[in-house]
This record gives sequence, structure tokens and C-alpha cells, in this order.
Amino acid sequence: MTGAPLPEPAVSPTATEAGVSSTARPPRPRWRQTLGLLARNPTAAVAATVLLLIVLVAVFDEAIAPTGPNEIAVQDRLQPPSLAHPFGTDDLGRDILSRVVLGAAVSLRVGFLAVAFALVVGALIGLLAGYYGRWVDDVLMRLMDILFAFPAVLLAIAVLAVRGPGAGNTALAIGIVYIPVFARVTRASVLGVREEVYVRASRSVGASDLRLLTRHVLPNAAPPIIVQTSISLAFAVLAEAALSFLGLGTQPPNPSWGLMLAEGRGFIDLAWWLAFFPGMAIFLTVLCFNLLGDGLRDVLDPRQRTLMAGSGR
Amino acid sequence: MADRRVTGERASRGAPATEERNEAGTRPMGDVLVSARGLEVHFPVRSGGALRRTTGVLRAVDGVDLDIRRGETLGLVGESGCGKSTLGNALLRLVEPTGGTVTFDGTDVTGLDRRAMRALRRRAGMVFQDPFASLDPRRTVRQTVSEPLEVHGLRSGRRERAARVAELLELVGLDPAVADRYPHEFSGGQRQRVGIARALAGEPDFLVCDEAIASLDVSVQAQVLNLLRRLQRRLGLTLLFISHDLSAVRHVSDRIAVMYLGRVVEVGPAAAVGSDPKMPYTQALLSAVPVPHPSLERTRQRIVLRGDVPSPANVPSGCRFRTRCPYAFEPCPDVDPALQPVGAPGQLAACHLHGVVGRPVEREEAVPAPAD
Repeated sequence: MTGAPLPEPAVSPTATEAGVSSTARPPRPRWRQTLGLLARNPTAAVAATVLLLIVLVAVFDEAIAPTGPNEIAVQDRLQPPSLAHPFGTDDLGRDILSRVVLGAAVSLRVGFLAVAFALVVGALIGLLAGYYGRWVDDVLMRLMDILFAFPAVLLAIAVLAVRGPGAGNTALAIGIVYIPVFARVTRASVLGVREEVYVRASRSVGASDLRLLTRHVLPNAAPPIIVQTSISLAFAVLAEAALSFLGLGTQPPNPSWGLMLAEGRGFIDLAWWLAFFPGMAIFLTVLCFNLLGDGLRDVLDPRQRTLMAGSGR
Repeated sequence: MADRRVTGERASRGAPATEERNEAGTRPMGDVLVSARGLEVHFPVRSGGALRRTTGVLRAVDGVDLDIRRGETLGLVGESGCGKSTLGNALLRLVEPTGGTVTFDGTDVTGLDRRAMRALRRRAGMVFQDPFASLDPRRTVRQTVSEPLEVHGLRSGRRERAARVAELLELVGLDPAVADRYPHEFSGGQRQRVGIARALAGEPDFLVCDEAIASLDVSVQAQVLNLLRRLQRRLGLTLLFISHDLSAVRHVSDRIAVMYLGRVVEVGPAAAVGSDPKMPYTQALLSAVPVPHPSLERTRQRIVLRGDVPSPANVPSGCRFRTRCPYAFEPCPDVDPALQPVGAPGQLAACHLHGVVGRPVEREEAVPAPAD
């Protein structure tokens, strides 16, 4: 009945259980694994490729565009698509292909700036609210609720009304609209990660809050935020188009897809190509960001990741 | 050492409980390294809804007095929900105590500010129950094990840290070549070894093993258990071994403490508590352990307790075990029993069967235990 010691196991643990063979394959970094899985998701792979092309076009816009965006050729106005002008010309004789190409730079720059701003501010707010909880959470998230209560376009219009139109202010306006979205997504994700045992384990060895947040909580809370970033880019491009359409975003004569759509509206029964090509550009970009977001969601979900990594080999 | 007896009135929770007596039969122990006095962890029970009114108190740990001596292994047993894990976490302030004090090597840690507390964490490690949850899946073994080194600035330079990580991995029986792998590439036992290596990285004096073997395969349990024992001897660790597995606790412990509903109800030398317990709850717990001998096992007398453990949000008055105790009698609901010396030297039990000692309380009618 007394506490007789259990017999020592005959084999030493070092010999049996501890032997992960040192000759096995080297570990693959996680982001490489993510890329590999993404490549095996055809929809997401196509979307990513198309987006890459669009970004390249935006970066090398001036080298690609056949003419300058604001070169007026009145004698060539309202030309339908042809070999000389593949996307036709507008009411001032400007080459629409050139304007779509140069508009890509404007639209994407505003989109990326807006999302970057919303991501940094929103994720920081969400991180603090989710990690510290209590009154920090209450104060920050009520502020986000207030921001969220405004209709998005109204809020953006208000910001632009105060700060005046222009690409930078458009990005700021859209960014402010999307702050609460990122704050909520981040907070929700952090709430889950915060309770993980490995966070407590790191605290038990003396890690500071800053270290816990940056080394453990944020990396593990990141997947939904990454997905949200991709999807928000789609919305930001749309929002820029909408604001430009309303005359608050990019100002003429600079090309932006939304502005071109607005300008083409008046000629829609006369010259469909004025609105069609910038509209297609918006459609394609938004679609690809959405598809990429869906693909990332699948790939970054740890349960599905295991499943796919197992079957794909 | 003086043999102070617990006397009737242990009026305030902060009053020192007597637990000290150098018992014969165990190896010589040093002074007390970790000590809890009247330790409480109460969680507010909130109603749902926007106002979040506090509607009750959950007494996870409710007035624990416990001394852990330098160099010993103290086993802490009790059924699930009795607060043993919360106690282990509260000793290291991973859960904030709501009352009482914890003293670590003479320092009252309950009063330390965050910075001082973080510095002290080098000297106390923790091994967690689930090795699949306690390692950050996005960090390599090297990053995990070297975190304490970085946090406390123990080894400067990549090379020195790498050497220390290799040393630690070897210490816990892992091949140092696996340092750059991710946790998902390891088995449960291997992961638990990584967790132990992390806990040991700061060269702690005190190690809390919170159900450290509970979620491992049985064959691996014995290996990890023996690893812990070896490490304890080799490094002179003081170990708090929390487990619901009484036979494992008897195997590793010098002394055993038994917890029931947030309170330590019996404590003493492992041989005494493990063979001749004085508290009816411990007796019941012990009778449930199978005996590894066929004929003895057939004759084993089981004490089957009636009903379920009462909720820690609604603790019975007086002795908290009385609702399930086969020997409950007159004073049990009226006097909150204090630990008193009974049986072997160094053995303490909180039970009125050995003399009514404790703090008088207002009697509350017991909530009847649900019949089986």
C-alpha cells in the first residue's frame, strides 16, 4: 500500500523517445509553406498572378502607356476601340488605354495607402483592446463603434470636406473608414490568442508585455488580419472609385478609374468604351483581391493547413 | 525545530500556521523556500448582460497555508476543480491572488511590482499540462528555449545562447540538432521535454509541474516522471508536483499535500499520507488507487464517496468535506477545521475526528449532495 517507487523503465528515454533523427529534412519556413499551399489553390494563384500584373502595370505606368494621360487630340475624340487606340478615346480625344494604365497607379496607390493606414492604426487599437481588456477595451471599442456607426461614404465625404480633395486625403478618408474593421478583426483574434497556454508560459519565464505582444500574440493573431487586408484592398479601390465618381477623390484631369467612370457616364449611350474599360479594371482588381483573400483564409487556417499539407504530398 | 501546536482560534488568515516539524524518515530538508499564508484566489461570478453585475464569488483557492522546503518535492493532489492548478499559478503570480501572501525565499512576492516580479521569474519555472498548447507553434525550439535567456540577459551573443540551448536540450534528453524545428514536428513527450528545457533555462530554484504528465501516453509518463526526478536531484530543484494521479505523486514526492475545494486538507511525509492518511477525503482518494498485485487488488477496500464535489461558488460552512464525508458529525458544520498535527511526525490534517480545532463559523444548512 505504501508508495513503492515505480520501476525505472529499462530503456533510457534518450534512446527511445528523444531521437528525432538529425538527418531528416531541414525545416521549411512557415511563409514558404504558405506560398506553396497558395500555389496549389488554382483560383487564388490566378488571382495573385493577375494582381501582380496589375501592380507591375501601375509601377511602370509611364513606360507602358502609349501616350500621356492628358494629351488632348480633339480630332480623334470618341473613337471606338481600334488598333491605334485599343480602348478607344474619350470626348477630348485622350487615349483611354493610357488613362486606364496611369489610373491604375492612382487607384492602387490610394488603395494601398488607405489600407496601410487602417491596418496600422486599427490593428494597434485592436491589439491593445484585446490584450489589456477591461477599461482599455471598453474605451477603445466604444470609440470604434462610434466610427462604425457613420455610413462609410458619409464619413469619407466629411473627412474630405474638412481636408479638401486630393489623393492623399482620399487615402486618409478611406483609411479612417476602415480603422474599426481592422480593430474588430484584430481584437477578436487577440482575445483567442491571449488565453493560449504558450502566452502564459512566456509570461512565466519573465517576458514583458511588449515581448508577449510582438513575439507571441501578434504573429499568432495575424492570419485573419492578413485576410482582412486583402479583402479591404478590394473595398478601398472601390471606395476610391466611388469618391472620385462623386467628385471628391482624384481631381480632373488626373486619371483615376472611378473618375473615368464618372466622366464616361454622360456618353454611355454614345460611346460605351469610355466607362467600360475603367469599369472592367475596377472589377478585375476587386475580384482578384477578394479571391486572394478567400484563398489566404483557407491557407492560413491552421486546421485546414494541416489537412492540405497532409494530402498534398 | 520547535513543535508549535495549532490552537483553537486561528483568528486571522494571516496568522502563521504551524506546519514545521522535521520529520524523521525523509532526507534532510533545508529551510522553507516557498510559503503561502491564507492564500486566496477568488473569481467574481458575473451575470450576463450589459451591466455585468457581480452575482457571486468562486473560491478557487480559499485560504491555503503551505510551506515548500528547499530541495524537496511536494506533491499536490486533489480531484479536478479543487483549485490545485490555480494554487500553482497563484504561487508564481500567473494568476493574481486576491488575498493572503506568497513568500519566495524570504521575499513577499505578492507585493512586488511588475518589473521586480519579472526579474524574479528567472528563479521559478513552470511546466504546463498540455505540451501541445504550451509551445508557441510559430517559434522554433531554439526560440522557445532561449526566450528566458534573452529576457533575463543571461547569455549575451548568439553563439553563447546556442551553446546553452544545446546544453539544455541534452539535459532533458533531446538531440541538440533538433533546435531549429517547430513544435508540430515533435511527439507529446518530446514537446514536454522542450517545455521542461524552457523552464530550466533560467536556472530556477523552484519548478511547478502543473499536471505535467497528465496528457502524455502512459509509457511516456514514466519517462518524463523519471526525467523530472533526475533533474531535481541533479540540479537541487525544489519541485511542486501537481497531479490528480496519486500513484505518480507518491512515486516522486517527499511530502504530499491534499487539496479539496480550494483548501489544503492534509499534508505530510509521502510515506505517512500515502499509507496512513488521517483525513477521510485522503482515505477515499487513496482507496481508489489500484494496487499492482492481483490478490491484494481483489481485497482492496474502496471507499466510494456519495455525490459530487460542491461548487466552489457555494462552499459548505465549516468543514467543506462534510457533505460527502462518511464520518460527518456534530461540529463539522460549525467549525472550520484547521490543520492539526496527527499521526506521523510532520503530518497535519484538517479534520474534527482528531479533535475539534479551528475557527467557529455560522452554520449553514448543507445543500444536499445529489444522490448517485
